[in-house]
Amino acid sequence: MIANYGYRDGSGEYYVTIDTDRCIECEARWCVDACPQSLFAIEADDYDDEVATIAVTARKQLKEKCSGCKPSGGYESLPCTTACLPAAITHSW
Amino acid sequence: MTEEKHEFWRWSERIWRADGIDWKEAGSITVGVDVGSVSSQAVVLTDGRLFAFCSTRTGSNSPDSAIKAVGGALQGTGMTIEDAQYVVGTGYGRVNVPFANRAITEIACHARGANFMAGSGVRTILDMGGQDCKVIRCDDKGKVLNFIMNDKCAAGTGRGMEVIADTLGVPIEDIGARSFEIDEEPAPVSNVCTVFAKSEATALLKAGWSVNRVLAAYCSAMAERVVSLIDRIGVEKDFFITGGIAKNVGVVRRIERKIGVEAVKLPAKSNLDPQIAGALGAALFAYALLRKEQKAGAAA
Repeated sequence: MIANYGYRDGSGEYYVTIDTDRCIECEARWCVDACPQSLFAIEADDYDDEVATIAVTARKQLKEKCSGCKPSGGYESLPCTTACLPAAITHSW
Repeated sequence: MTEEKHEFWRWSERIWRADGIDWKEAGSITVGVDVGSVSSQAVVLTDGRLFAFCSTRTGSNSPDSAIKAVGGALQGTGMTIEDAQYVVGTGYGRVNVPFANRAITEIACHARGANFMAGSGVRTILDMGGQDCKVIRCDDKGKVLNFIMNDKCAAGTGRGMEVIADTLGVPIEDIGARSFEIDEEPAPVSNVCTVFAKSEATALLKAGWSVNRVLAAYCSAMAERVVSLIDRIGVEKDFFITGGIAKNVGVVRRIERKIGVEAVKLPAKSNLDPQIAGALGAALFAYALLRKEQKAGAAA
């Protein structure tokens, strides 16, 4: 499943996409510790697969929560996408 | 002097029951409860077949709304919620459904409900809810493959339509048809934000626009907004719309025009209602989960 977490507002689109078919294959789950904002959690989805999700409380604040890791925050690559071994995580912005 | 107060936003609540089914003879009774931000629905299945449903307005309290919806569906049947063997809660208030065995997201439930209602050919579902909208891609079993939602604001959703109904003094169920009673399609209103759209609608009326023309401009703006969401994950036939706005032909036809795909419509004599898709999906999940439990119990 391609799960898009986030929103669109007047300033643009802010979606973090997790490809759960790839995520499910991963045993490392490094994304959980890699995110400085602790946005990722491993939860059972509606089909009882244990996969990474974005915390419910953060889904409407991604623009703010992720901004520290974007180039303006001094990062060249995002900690979450770098840590994700199966390359399941992508950002829309 | 008292002035009669019309509630133009008020949509019809609905209760439906199947004829000729004796629930006492049913092997299984499963219930799906969808507590949404604006409306709540309960669907009751006996042996996986539709027995009853109720669609009502959500109150300020999720557990009470769930109880009201289930009470409506079961009223007069002699059945109580204790007779149900498995209950699944869904919708934004899903974790607050008091008698639920499990909570499942409305994304999975709408996909499953749409698959049941409109057939296994459905691949793209647009759920236009009370305060958010979602686009879901699914397979022939109704399993979600891809989804996107926008729940950051209520622009272009059922609640926005209720506000416009009240602002323009047009009963909400007439908006769709009246939005086509115009000479020429106007440009969409520039802002679908529920608050700004209200002031823009008032300004257009002052500028001499007819009520129908303003309705057309608002329906068009709403369609444009959801089309941008659809475009993000793409549309594949069959396309089906769930949620209350699915009953607003003014928005539905404008979405169809913009994406170039016609939405699957339920037959005129169908007892189903696109607004119950989430609760129906939840009830189907409940049926499947109950059978899984029974099989596991029999094997043990």
